[in-house]
Amino acid sequence: MPLLTVTYALLLYAAAGIFVVGTGWRIYGYARTPAPLKIPTTPAPVTRLGAAGRVAREVVLFESLFKSDKWTWIFAAAFHLGLLLELLRHLRYFLQPIGTWVTLVQPFGVYGGMAMLAGLAGLLGRRLLVARVRYVSGPSDYLMLLLLLATGLSGFSIELLERTDIVSFKVFVLGLEYLDWQPLPGNPLLLAHLTLVAVLLIVFPFSKLLHAPGIFFSPTRNQADDARERRHLAPWAARLERGGAGEV
Amino acid sequence: MAKTDFEVPALRDYLRTPDLRPGAMAKSAPFKAAPRHQQALGFPEALVPDWERVAVAKLGDLLGKYRSLRVHLDSCVKCGACTDKCHYFLGTGDPKNMPVARQDLLRSVYRRHFTLAGKLFPRLVGARDLDAALLDEWYGYFHQCSQCRRCSVFCPYGIDTAEISMAAREILDEIGVGQKYCNEIIAKVHAIGNNLGLPGPALANTLEGLEEDVKEATGVDVRFPLDVEGAEVLLIPPSADFFAEPHIDGLIGYAKVFHQAGVRWTLSSYASEAANFAMFIGNYAQMRKVALRIRQAAIDLKVKRIVVGECGHAWRVAYGFWNTLAGPFDFLDPRYPVPQHIVEFTYDLIRRGALKLDKEANDHMKVTFHDSCNVARATRMGDLPGGQFVLPRALIKASCNHYFDMAPDTIGEKTFCCGGGGGLLTDELIELRVKGALPRVQALHEVRQEHGVTHMAAICAICKSQFTKVLPYYGIPMDSVVSVHQLVGNAIRLGTSS
Repeated sequence: MPLLTVTYALLLYAAAGIFVVGTGWRIYGYARTPAPLKIPTTPAPVTRLGAAGRVAREVVLFESLFKSDKWTWIFAAAFHLGLLLELLRHLRYFLQPIGTWVTLVQPFGVYGGMAMLAGLAGLLGRRLLVARVRYVSGPSDYLMLLLLLATGLSGFSIELLERTDIVSFKVFVLGLEYLDWQPLPGNPLLLAHLTLVAVLLIVFPFSKLLHAPGIFFSPTRNQADDARERRHLAPWAARLERGGAGEV
Repeated sequence: MAKTDFEVPALRDYLRTPDLRPGAMAKSAPFKAAPRHQQALGFPEALVPDWERVAVAKLGDLLGKYRSLRVHLDSCVKCGACTDKCHYFLGTGDPKNMPVARQDLLRSVYRRHFTLAGKLFPRLVGARDLDAALLDEWYGYFHQCSQCRRCSVFCPYGIDTAEISMAAREILDEIGVGQKYCNEIIAKVHAIGNNLGLPGPALANTLEGLEEDVKEATGVDVRFPLDVEGAEVLLIPPSADFFAEPHIDGLIGYAKVFHQAGVRWTLSSYASEAANFAMFIGNYAQMRKVALRIRQAAIDLKVKRIVVGECGHAWRVAYGFWNTLAGPFDFLDPRYPVPQHIVEFTYDLIRRGALKLDKEANDHMKVTFHDSCNVARATRMGDLPGGQFVLPRALIKASCNHYFDMAPDTIGEKTFCCGGGGGLLTDELIELRVKGALPRVQALHEVRQEHGVTHMAAICAICKSQFTKVLPYYGIPMDSVVSVHQLVGNAIRLGTSS
């Protein structure tokens, strides 16, 4: 087996492992930490189902961001929606046979990629040009945008500049899935793209990309406004109650 | 115009987002708690030795207790959605008053000590060690947050700077750097039962005086009962309602409503305070202790219902937290929500036609309404989401002929804080308070210009105190602030109930 294939196989396994275990660990941390008080930002839905709907609107429509700033919303929506389309499009490398719906997504994937890059460029421009946003931006904030831009651009470049043998690439990917390693085509842009994706996966659980799982656990959004109707008591608060007005 | 040693922002035709003025409010800080204030709450009397370690340990403790803190410290992507939403930023231009920058004061320490990236690459991710300079910034800027939650409305992840500033203040107390204003007041509530330190006999005296005043003005015997066992309703007002204008006119309004409704009610000398400043310092145990006092009063007086007066953060604690802190309230009448807001109580009466209101009594006023931040963004009134906006307006409109809302992006869930909430209503912070009031005053200015509005009604003791103090700096008379139940009280036709 060529060294290149071994290297990338190990890199991608490690990246996927870090992503899954690291993010899982963070999610476990969020889930196990109690929310001792009812703090939904009101007006809030009065039922739990309603609160789930509110979270869904935040995830799908970026409802609160829309209230805040239309330009940021447009850029963010373009980026995230574009990314979603690209991810769906990439499923063709992971699935055998390819499902009908994945095939249907294919033509839109390119537009997704464009939207993604345009959105990222807009977000970077805003970060650089709006003094308030520039003030709160640190090196990691720029690097994250550059990493995402580089990932997208490298993907696009493969499409435009370097006709990769995608059949053998798919064989490589399926080989990883089935623990039966197959040679990786050695195109430089493809290797760059894969490296960047691996970096993104590795960085995810240690960075602000945690906003993705975070939104589901944000008490101001996911709690129902039912404080008067239901008594809400965290385990540590219950212990405090049993022990009298002791120290918290 | 009051005398100042700072520049009062100019009112213009519309509110502008200011240019960044780094360090503009770097010197703003409230007085620190004296050893006796700290001691009364069981906090260290002065900065503890090894405070850096103690502070980080406390942060770790809070991260394990508050999901909001953990999730909100991790989730921020620095998108900038909140950067132009804080009234203190809009009024001062100090970039550290942008919510995300304020959070970052704590987040940087969180990253340094609790994240791998911050341990390995502190510069890259903005992680910082807690040192004396940063501690000063914590004290200064976490006391430039009124915990009004406006930023959390606009944050795509619901990050609530109030949660962050509460945690920061709790850490500060833990290392012996408390704030005098809040901690002194909380100790008074524990010792005497209200923020003012007004003892039972003085309270009884005040209430007798009010009975005489109302009798003189209306010829009707409207009672202000104190410690009446077996009353139907225990009323818990903010203690400002006992002495200050326009608060006291609100209290008279409540009394007239109870009188007309024929409901037997009482105040309690043991729990004569709705305010719960322990929320401002983020301290669960202190907040619980204050809340339990009210539960005890309700049990001792054998009442069936608890009604809370016009006070914003108090309504947040009562509505959102009492059931958790001091519940279950299974000894009260289950037919009514626990607790009820006085606005809900009066609204029900109006809807049932049980109150006769002469709107003409308020014809000398053109009224607008200031949604208090805590009521707007942390509570509800009535059964429907948003009832906290509908019910107070319904009361005002039932009592006044001339009502005008301020601009839509300054009311409802987007309301601007008065500038004095969150434990900042203290004289040494007057510059912050005046500048922080700018967005609200600007909106008030616009309806004054456009509709000739003369009065602004509020449902919060802090808002009323803050506005009566800061409006004159902008050339608006202090008596243009009124209580919602003052308007109701003016309009009530006494003695005509069927």
